[in-house]
Amino acid sequence: MPLGLLRFALSKTHPEPRMFTRHDRLKPAYDAVIIGGGGHGLAAAYYLARDHGISNVCVLEKGYIGGGNTGRNTTIIRSNYLTPEGVKFYDESVRLWQDLAQDFDLNLFYSNRGHFTLAHTDAALRTSRWRAEVNKHFGIDSEVVGPEAVKKAAPMIDLACGGHAPILGALYHAPGAVARHDAVAWGYGRGADRRGVEIHQRTEVLGIDVAGGKVTGVRTSRGNISTGKVLCAVAGSTPRILDMVGIRSPITIHPLQAMVSEPVKPWLDPILVSGSLHVYISQSARGELIMGASLDPYEVQSTRSTLDFTEGLATHMLDLFPFLSNVKVMRQWAGMADMTPDFAPIMGRTPVEGFYLDAGWGTWGFKATPVSGKTMAHTLAHDRNHALITGFTLDRFRNFELTGEKGAASVGH
Amino acid sequence: MKRMTCPVNGPRAISEFVCGGEIRPMPDPATCSDDEWADYVFNRNGSPGVKREWWCHLPSNTWFVAERDTARDVVLRTYLYAGGA
Ligand SMILES: Cc1cc2nc3c(=O)[nH]c(=O)nc-3n(C[C@H](O)[C@H](O)[C@H](O)COP(=O)(O)OP(=O)(O)OC[C@H]3O[C@@H](n4cnc5c(N)ncnc54)[C@H](O)[C@@H]3O)c2cc1C
Repeated sequence: MPLGLLRFALSKTHPEPRMFTRHDRLKPAYDAVIIGGGGHGLAAAYYLARDHGISNVCVLEKGYIGGGNTGRNTTIIRSNYLTPEGVKFYDESVRLWQDLAQDFDLNLFYSNRGHFTLAHTDAALRTSRWRAEVNKHFGIDSEVVGPEAVKKAAPMIDLACGGHAPILGALYHAPGAVARHDAVAWGYGRGADRRGVEIHQRTEVLGIDVAGGKVTGVRTSRGNISTGKVLCAVAGSTPRILDMVGIRSPITIHPLQAMVSEPVKPWLDPILVSGSLHVYISQSARGELIMGASLDPYEVQSTRSTLDFTEGLATHMLDLFPFLSNVKVMRQWAGMADMTPDFAPIMGRTPVEGFYLDAGWGTWGFKATPVSGKTMAHTLAHDRNHALITGFTLDRFRNFELTGEKGAASVGH
Repeated sequence: MKRMTCPVNGPRAISEFVCGGEIRPMPDPATCSDDEWADYVFNRNGSPGVKREWWCHLPSNTWFVAERDTARDVVLRTYLYAGGA
């Protein structure tokens, strides 16, 4: 038995400090208030304190940290997007991921697997080629490969997919990775906490005070706060917060579901996505198969999952891997994805002075946790949009200047 | 399995339907401002609540109206469209 464990067993009080400090009450005022203790809100708090010396900050979380989409996601990290704005942004995120575990002194189980987007049609192959060319132009490791490369990386695959949808090739992205989602939230939370940021769990924001077009305070379930800066990072609850400040947006909420199988022997190294079959799969360090599909087709603000989803996903997964027919499903769940019409996020300043938005992360925002935290912290500190997010501002819709990312973001989250 | 009641064909699996979005009045593109048009094209009421939406039963191509509570995920009422926004 490790010594540490023995220490826990024999001690009457908790022998080690918890991950965060618990604060009994809110202060009457903060330099900045962050709504939402998911990865994004906590990362913004961390970089505000670490890089900008702004630590009189609180993160307000209505449940527990990481309990939103951060803790429900299937953790695929990649940068093989389609638009130049997207590619540059996600590439910076992949770079930030590399030394995050060092930064935090916490194992994030970051695991570089390689990522295949399977193409079953000529049209899909054409999009793969397009993405590969954009990626290469920006120095990102992506290439189109033939079916034999897929077979070599995943020998258990049925390349003919039961005859329905034979695999013609794939977009291969070597940097594709997975990481442990909870650890990401905890790492950022602990890092922010140690630098003076207060994390308040079970504290719900109920209203935001605006006077003369400027933010002046936040009303919560545990009292009122005055502040001149508010960052909204609440993913599936974004429209409700926007209603509080009277901002209209294109965001609608759709459930995104996922499931895991019982643990099995390691047999699948890479991450596989099939846009045509609407499924994706990777194997966790524990041996569970982590599987997901595309979005539920209509708006719902709840996290209940459905039998239709499990059946549909399983059917298509068996096209790819018929031998899985005896493997049991262990858990399934849903998160509330904040969807935008162009599959790109909405970030930065807003028409309300002092109110900043980090939203529209839909089904693809986990990989962006580090870079969104970093760029939003910069945006808050300087009251100016960071250069990497200028393609993602809310006014792109007013100006009919969308950032069309659907081809790279719809199933392959 | 989730169900939806088509006003013509009765209760069917919801996978037979497609949602056409909330019923919203369209501004006149000839007279409205660019901002009003952009607001109509892109912005939505994304908050939870009871909404009146267009739905279509695909096999019979029947368009109709559904009143749905998007927070509780229940369909309250369905009926054929009788005009008005
Ligand atoms: C099933 C599924 C699979 C996914 N797979 C991937 C993937 O493979 N790769 C990828 O990159 N992305 C993926 N995503 C998307 C990703 O999970 C999200 O985009 C990302 O985690 C969003 O992080 P966040 O911190 O913005 O939001 P969240 O983690 O949802 O945090 C927001 C927090 O705000 C809190 N909150 C809400 N309202 C209030 C209020 N009024 N007051 C106080 N707090 C409030 C919530 O409780 C929540 O904890 C997936 C999502 C789902 C649902």
